Amino acid sequence: MRPAGAGPVGRPGAGGGPGRGPVRAFVRALHRRPRLRLTLLLSAPLAWLVVAYLGALAALFLSAFWTTDPFTSDVVRTWTTANFREVLTTSVYWHVALRTLGTALAVTAVDIVVAFPIAFWTARVAAARHRNLLVVAVLTPLWASYLVKAYAWRIILSAGGPLDWALKPLGLSGPGYGLPAMITVLAYLWLPYMILPIHAGLANLPEDVLEAAADLGARSWRTFRSVVLPMVLPSVAAGSVFTFSLSLGDYIAVQIVGGKTQLIGNVVYSDITLDLPLAAALGTVPVAVVVLYLLAIRRTGALDSL
Amino acid sequence: MRLSRTARILLRSAAALGLAVIYLPLLLVLVDSVNADRSFGWPPGGVTGRWWADAWHSAGARSALWVSVRAGLGATAVALVLGTLVAFAVQRYAFFGRQTLSFVVVLPIALPGVVTGIALNSAFRSVLPPLGLGFGLLTVIIGHATFCVVIVFNNVVARLRRVSGSYEEAAMDLGAGPFQAFRDVTWPLVRSAVAVGGLLAFALSFDEIVVTTFTAGAGVQTLPVWIFGNLARPQQAPVVNVVAAVLVLLSVIPVYAAQRLSGDTAAGGRI
Repeated sequence: MRPAGAGPVGRPGAGGGPGRGPVRAFVRALHRRPRLRLTLLLSAPLAWLVVAYLGALAALFLSAFWTTDPFTSDVVRTWTTANFREVLTTSVYWHVALRTLGTALAVTAVDIVVAFPIAFWTARVAAARHRNLLVVAVLTPLWASYLVKAYAWRIILSAGGPLDWALKPLGLSGPGYGLPAMITVLAYLWLPYMILPIHAGLANLPEDVLEAAADLGARSWRTFRSVVLPMVLPSVAAGSVFTFSLSLGDYIAVQIVGGKTQLIGNVVYSDITLDLPLAAALGTVPVAVVVLYLLAIRRTGALDSL
Repeated sequence: MRLSRTARILLRSAAALGLAVIYLPLLLVLVDSVNADRSFGWPPGGVTGRWWADAWHSAGARSALWVSVRAGLGATAVALVLGTLVAFAVQRYAFFGRQTLSFVVVLPIALPGVVTGIALNSAFRSVLPPLGLGFGLLTVIIGHATFCVVIVFNNVVARLRRVSGSYEEAAMDLGAGPFQAFRDVTWPLVRSAVAVGGLLAFALSFDEIVVTTFTAGAGVQTLPVWIFGNLARPQQAPVVNVVAAVLVLLSVIPVYAAQRLSGDTAAGGRI
């Protein structure tokens, strides 16, 4: 496992390093005080986390209770729940929220259906020596630029583009930009996040369970339905955390292929300069949904396998 | 698992179709970067290297690339230090709030990017002006570092989980001081995971757009922001195509390096 040339043994002058100098004395002193060592390890990262991330998040949540000056759009720090009331009582926001939720669920469903055969193939059917290569093949697109992938779909779905060209002999045309395009593209973008957990879950299935099912007379479909599916359900749930929450917050791909369709992310984005408190209140919607989803998923034990 | 012949064939075709769908769009980007047809009609009119030459001389793309590299290096440097520290603390020590900490550390990647983006944006807007600072490269680096830390953390934690602390104890039983035990035993065991974490953190920063749009100053354009800004401009399409193709080709590097250097996290901490 160790890369070549990293041999830690037989180093000349073992016990060398900073010799009897102050660094060595310091390290020795540290060694006797594990609490101090832990404090030193944690202080910088904790300070960063609290100041740069949690602080900003908390401030954002607070600002959702503030309001803006109607003329200058500046934030006015008076306590009010008007933003949340507006989010909860305006029907447009409800529509956008429900559309976002529906999109995230549809994307998750599409990904499960597409990912299962691929994961099943890479984990249990393909020859063992090809498996690692197949996982890499699934993995590589995960690191290809998000924007480039969305852009590729913009080309594919464009009027007179490759999809229209391919469907023309059949007398059909592509869906163009809009809600179906958006679901397709989001499902494409997050597909590797679904394949990998399912692959891991399937690869860890004990062979004897499957053999027992076969010995008891179960055919492929029955084994799949009664044995395989219940056992990999936590993996599916783990994958769905990604597909669901990533779809919930997306607004870039939506702008690229969504046509006039808007999701919560777009509304938050367009509100940020004019009415930051309202944008903040709207932003709590996806956060709340993601947290609720995580809590629900946690009961299946899926988060332990992440 | 015993599969019937039909099931096997069905499964194989479904998997092949799925993999084809994964790769076709990426292939299309590569093809379009040498498509001789100016309006990129389909099927391609012929092959040309002109766009690649154009892209090479595009000042906008070049300066965006340079900004992306600097932002990536800065965020990776922060992430390497902080991510490694937290990983050691969480994996080698027992303390109150350890579970909560390891949950909070990965939060920046679990929450929607828009939320992180506006949170940082409004925080910067209220904190920076009194300090005499404005939005710029530094704010982008801070924004990227929030989620790059997660990648380094995930990689190093996975490695530390696998190599137990007993190697270190054995070294000390054999007479090594704590400094030497770390230098000669622990560090060689974890350094490839740290390297992979850094590489993948850089890749993630290089690709990021959501947090970037909220934290970048007016003059700061990373490569993804540049692409996004030029998507709707037909006269820029050839150069955008080439840049997109380059990014597709470059994405092989982190995956290859991660596979070579460490076998433990197939997804490189992104999952």
